[in-house]
Amino acid sequence: MTVFEKPKALTDKPFHYCPGCTHGIIHRLVAEAIDELDIEGRTVGVAPVGCAVMAYDYFACDMVEAAHGRAPAVATGLKRCMPDHIIFTYQGDGDLASIGMAETVHAATRNENITIIFVNNAIYGMTGGQMAPTSLPGQVTQTSPYGRDVATVGLPIKVSELLSSLDAPYYVERVAVNNVKNVRNAKKAIKRAFQNQVEGRGFSLVEVVSSCPTNWGKTPEAALQWIDEKMIPYYPLGVYKDRSKEEEQA
Amino acid sequence: MADKVLMKGNEAIAEAAILAGCRHYFGYPITPQTEIAAYMAKRMPKIGGVFLQAESEISAINMVYGVAGAGFRVMTSSSSPGVSLKQEGISYIAGADLPALIVNVQRGGPGLGGIQPSQSDYFQATKGGGHGDYRLIVLAPSSVQEMADMTAKAFELAEKYRMPAMLLADGTMGQMMEPVELPEPSESKVEKPWAVTGTKKERKHNIINSLYLNPEELERTNFERYERYKTIEENEVLYESYKMEDAEYCVVAFGIAARVSKNAVNAARARGLKVGMIRPITLWPFPKDVLAKAAEQVKGFLSVELSMGQMIEDLRLATACRRPVHLCNRAGGMIPSPEEVLDALNKLKGECEA
Repeated sequence: MTVFEKPKALTDKPFHYCPGCTHGIIHRLVAEAIDELDIEGRTVGVAPVGCAVMAYDYFACDMVEAAHGRAPAVATGLKRCMPDHIIFTYQGDGDLASIGMAETVHAATRNENITIIFVNNAIYGMTGGQMAPTSLPGQVTQTSPYGRDVATVGLPIKVSELLSSLDAPYYVERVAVNNVKNVRNAKKAIKRAFQNQVEGRGFSLVEVVSSCPTNWGKTPEAALQWIDEKMIPYYPLGVYKDRSKEEEQA
Repeated sequence: MADKVLMKGNEAIAEAAILAGCRHYFGYPITPQTEIAAYMAKRMPKIGGVFLQAESEISAINMVYGVAGAGFRVMTSSSSPGVSLKQEGISYIAGADLPALIVNVQRGGPGLGGIQPSQSDYFQATKGGGHGDYRLIVLAPSSVQEMADMTAKAFELAEKYRMPAMLLADGTMGQMMEPVELPEPSESKVEKPWAVTGTKKERKHNIINSLYLNPEELERTNFERYERYKTIEENEVLYESYKMEDAEYCVVAFGIAARVSKNAVNAARARGLKVGMIRPITLWPFPKDVLAKAAEQVKGFLSVELSMGQMIEDLRLATACRRPVHLCNRAGGMIPSPEEVLDALNKLKGECEA
């Protein structure tokens, strides 16, 4: 009897991610959602620039590699020319919340019928651990070696809160993947973000609070604890925008 | 023969794109090309097409990248400062070997410059513009008729060679009205097995990508692309030769500068000076061979440009500096008059005969 299988929407290519990195979990959750909704054959994913740049090798659906931060614009093009296809982007915090903020906000305010998986690990991983727009106050990184100084570089951007201030986007939720319970919730949110698109509801973004043991300078276990102790208090989990609720009330 | 209609150059581009089967337009307002966006905004919804005003030129070109990846005919248009913003996306489109049309209705620069016509994006269009080794097919119309014809041609060439093509016009071409015979409707005839249209679980996934971390592989893609460029240089050069049969001097000009120069050529001939003109229609591939041949015939060349002299570098290379090459130019949105071109021709003659 098979008790555990690799999702079909993942290829056989081994991940390049560091030990303890949660990208692997998030990839798996995305692939499970694609499998369960049986949409792989009509799904096109958009990979970012960052640690997940080679996501195009890992997802079995058609894939496009976008320029840094431009994935929501690329996804918009794909969705507009193939409205019946399922288009998702997979982006990190530097990609989505720094260089690609304009693309993100405008895709959201158009209620573009796409799904965005936003991985927030509070650091630039691929380039070796620089300060991200989501790095916590005081967080030591390669470009904030004395800790993020909020007096000179400001405070982190809370993407879910920011996007939920817009009227248009359909669904925004923040989840984490640092324990079993949170992973299960993350799975539900990610599946819902795809389901929304299948139903034509509009812009759905799931912010996944994630870890980066390598660049945080922690063991994988300590990194998961740090999510509980530092990340989640700053980035509270929960549903930030749900227009299905608003529609019920109306 | 089909009826002619009176159209602005910008509108001719838009209608010709629709006739060429383009159903996807992404742009951002900027003078002097906004009529293209306005025309598309009106027409696209009525024919089941997509018009989307992007949040920036950067987003517009990345929307183009997405649609091009799915294999549909797609375009964006802008003017000089906006085209600078698009360069990142153009480099990615070239690196991923995707066909797309980018229209640049040029205005004076650098910086915010002005809104009057210019040809000062010649370097940017023909020498790369964005990062990395790549080319664009660059078409330079010099009438509203050619705005329409070259739009159709650009889509065709872009697909044939799987690369971005640019229509390099200027503010005059975009704004002026002329009678135009619109091209016959056409559509893509090229198979696109590489397009990301969904695997239907019937094939391995397609990947649109320009990332190659293995330098040997990246080098190979560059060499392959340049093999293709060589084929284009051999087969796709377009130019107009005007009164060159007995010419002793040759004006080289494109776009609006060629319109002005044609008047100057005729005026010179009326005064007994045997002048002809070679008008590059493809700026890349540049008509090198015809100019090299002309260097065997004429005593000197005059490059007429709405810039500080950009095409003149290619002209000197093509003719290997075997004959004097003079520049007659205005910049910043100014256009040389036929008299200025004639004066420059007389000076060229004076030097060549001294």
